[in-house]
Amino acid sequence: MNTVPYPLMTLNRLGRFAIARSRLLGRYALFFLRSFLLMFSWPLQVNKILQQVYFIGMKSVSVICLTAVSIGMVLGLHGYYTLVKFGSEGVLGAAVALTLIRELGPVLTAIMLIGRAGSAMAAELGIMRISEQIDALETMDIDPIRFLVSPKLAATLISMPLLTAMADVVGIIGGYLTGVLMLGISSGIYFSRVESSIQMADVMGGFIKSVVFAVIIITVCCFKGFHTHEGPEFGAKGVSLSTTSAVVIASVLVLITNYVLTSLLL
Amino acid sequence: MTTPFIQFEGVSKAFNGNTVLRGIDLAIYQGEITTIIGKSGGGKSVLLKHIIGLLEPDAGRIMIDGQCLTDVKGRARKNMRRRFSYMFQDSALFDSMTVYENIALPLQERGRLKPVEVKARVHARMRDLDLGAIDNDYPSQLSGGMKKRVALARALVTDPEAVLFDEPTTGLDPVRKNSVHNMIAEYQQRLGFTAVLISHEIPDVFYFSQRIAMLHEGHIIYAGTPNELQRISDPVVHEFIQGFENPAGDSSDTIQDGSWKSHFNAEMARMQRHHVPFALVVLSIENLSEMLSSRDAADPGVAQRFADRVRLQLRITDTCTLIGPNAVLLLLPFTSLSQAKMVCAKLGRALKGQEIMHVQECQGTCMAISAGFAEVERNGHPERTLAQALAQKEIFYQFSVC
Repeated sequence: MNTVPYPLMTLNRLGRFAIARSRLLGRYALFFLRSFLLMFSWPLQVNKILQQVYFIGMKSVSVICLTAVSIGMVLGLHGYYTLVKFGSEGVLGAAVALTLIRELGPVLTAIMLIGRAGSAMAAELGIMRISEQIDALETMDIDPIRFLVSPKLAATLISMPLLTAMADVVGIIGGYLTGVLMLGISSGIYFSRVESSIQMADVMGGFIKSVVFAVIIITVCCFKGFHTHEGPEFGAKGVSLSTTSAVVIASVLVLITNYVLTSLLL
Repeated sequence: MTTPFIQFEGVSKAFNGNTVLRGIDLAIYQGEITTIIGKSGGGKSVLLKHIIGLLEPDAGRIMIDGQCLTDVKGRARKNMRRRFSYMFQDSALFDSMTVYENIALPLQERGRLKPVEVKARVHARMRDLDLGAIDNDYPSQLSGGMKKRVALARALVTDPEAVLFDEPTTGLDPVRKNSVHNMIAEYQQRLGFTAVLISHEIPDVFYFSQRIAMLHEGHIIYAGTPNELQRISDPVVHEFIQGFENPAGDSSDTIQDGSWKSHFNAEMARMQRHHVPFALVVLSIENLSEMLSSRDAADPGVAQRFADRVRLQLRITDTCTLIGPNAVLLLLPFTSLSQAKMVCAKLGRALKGQEIMHVQECQGTCMAISAGFAEVERNGHPERTLAQALAQKEIFYQFSVC
């Protein structure tokens, strides 16, 4: 009997893996493209988009504010004790603002949104898939991507930059609470440093990141939920698995993309 | 013969190496109710999903109105799909939408009707299906039967040419089952759509289907009218149908005393639901002890063989129960008293004494079989009906055992 040499077998496996991943990537890209293009198909789903803006944006405000203020306060605290060693505590406002606007604002908002809205979307679509609701849409000649995914994508593209901007402002206020109110830096110096250090490019960079993260969150979470039936598990276990993997993959992708974007934008 | 509306030609489908459909050939005709029966997990839903394009065949083709489904693309495919509606096994209602929104969804999304017209059509369907003031209820607030009716309303609201029903009565009580079956039959007659139905409700399917197809191990082993199915001799079909008729699993098709009462009650419920008659007949070998004087008079084998011979002459949905050493009881669904007498006349012509008796020593003896008939009344009691049949017993058949 002819046996395949070990290196060839390994190559074979690698090839299969690469093809499977490429196919998955292709399907993911098509999923995103379809959901993006169908956002503009007539009639526009304004009501559904507004409902999703409320769910994704409005309902995330409190949790994002809480996270941003605590991160801002920690930044203020750490920044102050580091800068005071060099006698530069006056630039605390600049340090807090730049860190938040360039990096932490978009990343934290994205991570919080994955936890709050992304997981819910993956679970919702997963349940709809296993209970044949998505099939039912197809039998009614309703495009499930247009009906279910496009409004979520549009709503996240609207909400995410606004939430990021809000997280930046609240984070700067958090830094103010520790730096100015607790540790005694002048309020005028804090805000003047904030104002003088931030360039439009920083704000635009944060904005670009938030838009890219919005696309990643929605497409990954919806893609995983939408294809729950193709996973290794079925039923409730399948939904739980697709939700977990959606959250993990989206979080990791956000962090990796953040690095790539930072290096490109600098 | 008219051209089929839907035609499967050598359709095969496998999932992860597990072949579910093996070269299916099936014709479904316009304006008819075609019911697909078969064991659970045998691929009936898979078959149905191919019609609406939810699944693509691995081999073979599906013709819709003479057009190959896989060849139709784009707008034409969309238009073809709009000719169908699908009612899912678990209803597949949208949990986050109200009943009204669920039913109105296909109309709203097609965007051809004004909101007022959508409202009128939705409410008309809701009235038809006895869905009272539940517009604003959510599916989670409804009972199983209500959910089914909402799903049916959603399937019918677009006035489709064909409706595919995937086990529409699963999990419903007998009254609701009857209501769903009546609804399907009534709407099918009124609107003239083609219905393809997966059902396990045997023998109810004989009552409302124009055609029945049986799927077994990936093949269509029978397709034809209910009347033809009643007379079919294929043992697999018999086993399947009798599996429903005979829960005890007696392969001889002869159920033992005691269980006939549950069959009687099931037939009674069916009679009340569909307003169809059913007959009870008691057949007895009157002079069995005399004939077996040289043997053990209580030989149970004779009655069993007698029952087996009778069974061979009955329809697939009839049941035959041994109720004594020399008597069998027949329950004949969808059969009036006069029809039951005709069945017995046919039996008389077909029965052969030698095979029943397995005896040679009582040559020249005349064997007498009597038949007692009872008209089963609404709310009739099994014991009382049996007593009535026994009281009206008369010899209907005599022959020599040689």
